[in-house]
Amino acid sequence: MLKLEGLSKTYKTGDAALSDVTLTIPKGQIVGLIGPSGAGKSTLIRCINRLVEPTAGKVLLGDINLARLGKTELRRQRRRIGMIFQEYALVERLTVMENVLSGRLGYVPFWRSFLRRYPGRDVQQAYRLLDRVGLMHQADKRADALSGGQRQRVGIARALAQEPELLLVDEPTASLDPKTSRQIMRLLTEVCAERDLPAIVNIHDVPLAQQFMQRIIGLRAGSVVFDGAPSELTESVLTTIYGAEDWHAMRRGDEEQSEAEADARDRMAALAE
Amino acid sequence: MSDKTYPTTWRRPPQIVADRRWRIALQLGILAYLVLAMGSVEVDWQRVSVGLERGQRFIMGFLQPDFTSRWNDISRGLVESLTMTLTSTVVGVLVSVPIGIGAARNLAPAWIYYICRSIIAVSRALQEVIIAIFLVAMFGFGPFAGFLTLSFATIGFLAKLLADDIEEIDEAQAEAIRATGASWWQLVNYAVQPQVMPRLIGLSLYRLDINFRESAVIGIVGAGGIGATLNTAIDRYEYDSAGAILLIIIGIVMIAEYGSSYLRKFLQ
Amino acid sequence: MTEITHYRQTWTHRTPRARLLLWTGWAALVALFLWCWQVMTENTIWAFVWDAPRQAADIGSRMMPPRLSYLPELMVPLWDTLNIATLGTIAGVIMAVPVAFLAARNTTPSTRLLRPIALFIIVASRSINSLIWALLLVAIIGPGLLAGIVAIALRSIGFVGKLLYEAIEETDARQIEAIEATGASATQVLSYGIVPQIMPAFWGISVFRWDINIRESTILGLVGAGGIGLKLQASLNVLAWPQVTVILLLILGTVVVSEWVSASVRKAII
Repeated sequence: MLKLEGLSKTYKTGDAALSDVTLTIPKGQIVGLIGPSGAGKSTLIRCINRLVEPTAGKVLLGDINLARLGKTELRRQRRRIGMIFQEYALVERLTVMENVLSGRLGYVPFWRSFLRRYPGRDVQQAYRLLDRVGLMHQADKRADALSGGQRQRVGIARALAQEPELLLVDEPTASLDPKTSRQIMRLLTEVCAERDLPAIVNIHDVPLAQQFMQRIIGLRAGSVVFDGAPSELTESVLTTIYGAEDWHAMRRGDEEQSEAEADARDRMAALAE
Repeated sequence: MSDKTYPTTWRRPPQIVADRRWRIALQLGILAYLVLAMGSVEVDWQRVSVGLERGQRFIMGFLQPDFTSRWNDISRGLVESLTMTLTSTVVGVLVSVPIGIGAARNLAPAWIYYICRSIIAVSRALQEVIIAIFLVAMFGFGPFAGFLTLSFATIGFLAKLLADDIEEIDEAQAEAIRATGASWWQLVNYAVQPQVMPRLIGLSLYRLDINFRESAVIGIVGAGGIGATLNTAIDRYEYDSAGAILLIIIGIVMIAEYGSSYLRKFLQ
Repeated sequence: MTEITHYRQTWTHRTPRARLLLWTGWAALVALFLWCWQVMTENTIWAFVWDAPRQAADIGSRMMPPRLSYLPELMVPLWDTLNIATLGTIAGVIMAVPVAFLAARNTTPSTRLLRPIALFIIVASRSINSLIWALLLVAIIGPGLLAGIVAIALRSIGFVGKLLYEAIEETDARQIEAIEATGASATQVLSYGIVPQIMPAFWGISVFRWDINIRESTILGLVGAGGIGLKLQASLNVLAWPQVTVILLLILGTVVVSEWVSASVRKAII
């Protein structure tokens, strides 16, 4: 169980990215974090594993306050939190297997990781995870040889290799096409259910969030403005979260822009021939 | 989850040489070379241990440099080096521009292209020091030979990069200018010059820096400049003066580096 | 509707002020050039300069034909030259790696103290040509290959260190963040997050420097640091021009081959 108490973050520039966020996430719950860009979604999940240092407040994972740990102890606690990134953040020049095994880094001494001599149990588990995400036969390929969806699967396998008690997921589908996005979201919810794993998922795609999340938290200017079931996410709630601007129009604008970009790409391709 | 059993070991597949035999052969070859090469180095340890004391004196000289007692020689060498650097860079750039244009396949006819490319190749293949030896033999000792050496070396460096740049210019822009019925000169002026000018200025400043560093070297073979002063100081075992000269060189290079990055920002 | 009825007769590219500044800049450069030229040529003996073409023709005629029978004698010095360059590069790269990690903003343990020191080592090594290092080292540890190897190594630290630390600073921060998030230790972040990203740059830089070092080690013999330069110096001292031709041709050939090797290795890496 994860508990945030009065979590705040003010950047050096004086921007208050998070102010006084208090949340409780029970075991096995998948929470979607929505909000306009700059609302502090990314800061919030990075404050939990302290890739960003919170300025005030508590982060309680079980009964340990992560916000108050020294360097060594923080590293040990980070093993309990798996993280999945927007642009996959795989080490591109390493093989798929090395990327999955890198989830074990917090558990093995340096010489083992340096010589790639991981314990048999770790290797076995890595293969099991690769099989689970459907990439059993890609183990020896380099990460940069995979497609976007495949890379995100490796990212999921890496996070699960940590045997985490919590998953932090930062815009998992932002660089994927709609169909692959749904596959990845389905995989995520399935693996969380299999392990009874709580997860916080940053997501900008509201329909996708409504389809897959059990609970939605709306963030605006660093504060929680909505916390409830996906079905409670009405038009007026969305207006509170995304501001006075018509969020439908915003999304339509996005589509238009991507259409225009695709069109431009096609024309460029035609010119190049 | 299935009850399948998974392997418990994994080896990173070799990334470059896939064949195991080749890999071993390659490793043995490298090992054999290293043994042979190290074996060819004859070290007179007695001489080295004597030298360590001198090395210590040199380091002390570096830490407590003596700028004053040889200041006349140092300042003369410095003035020669600096003037040589500037004049050779200016002349070198002026000559490199036509040669660079001539060595660009998309602008020059074939015979000019080959002439210009061979000038570049000769200039690049020969060390500055070797060119300096010949030019000193022809023009006598002093900074004039050094000036010629550095100008010639600048041509090889700048003209090549300029030519490669011109060959990579955006053809669409050149096409557009050509379509207006422009002459060859107008084409160079409107389509090529704007595209390569910022880089040409940047490269010239960079070359100014290189030329100063090289001017310290060619003095050793008699082409004037701070190198001659340095050579004398080391020959006389005056390590504190030598240390001073080296510190001056390092200082000027640092100033040149900061100055040129500032100037480049200003010009853009 | 109002219509614009008069246009300016002349079109200018820049504002008058900018143009003035630009022209002043160019004029200052020309003045500086002329002044430098004046100072530099103060002591030039112009008779020698006018005599240069005749001298050139004279040297040219003496250099021909090359004395090819001298070639076998050059093989051992050539081998020495290759060794100076290769061993010097290896030693230089080994020393440059820690310097680069200390100099890179994202890996340095202290920006206040260690980073400036590392940057100074880099700039000092880059400012001083290997021939000057060799001059010093021959005076300190005596003539021979060792002085040449050390000279090449000292010069390589700055070059490799600079390019490598720039490569380290350009690494993708997200990949490093992802490794940190797994609970990896600092050394593990280095070996999983950073090292794989800079490997291609590392090999490319090393081979590139090796190529330059071959070129530089050919002349180190001029100051007594071993290799084929020793033979060049000896031949120049006794004015044996036909031998000089052979040596120069051999140097040229070596340089061309090493450039080809380095270019093809770099292509294979990328």
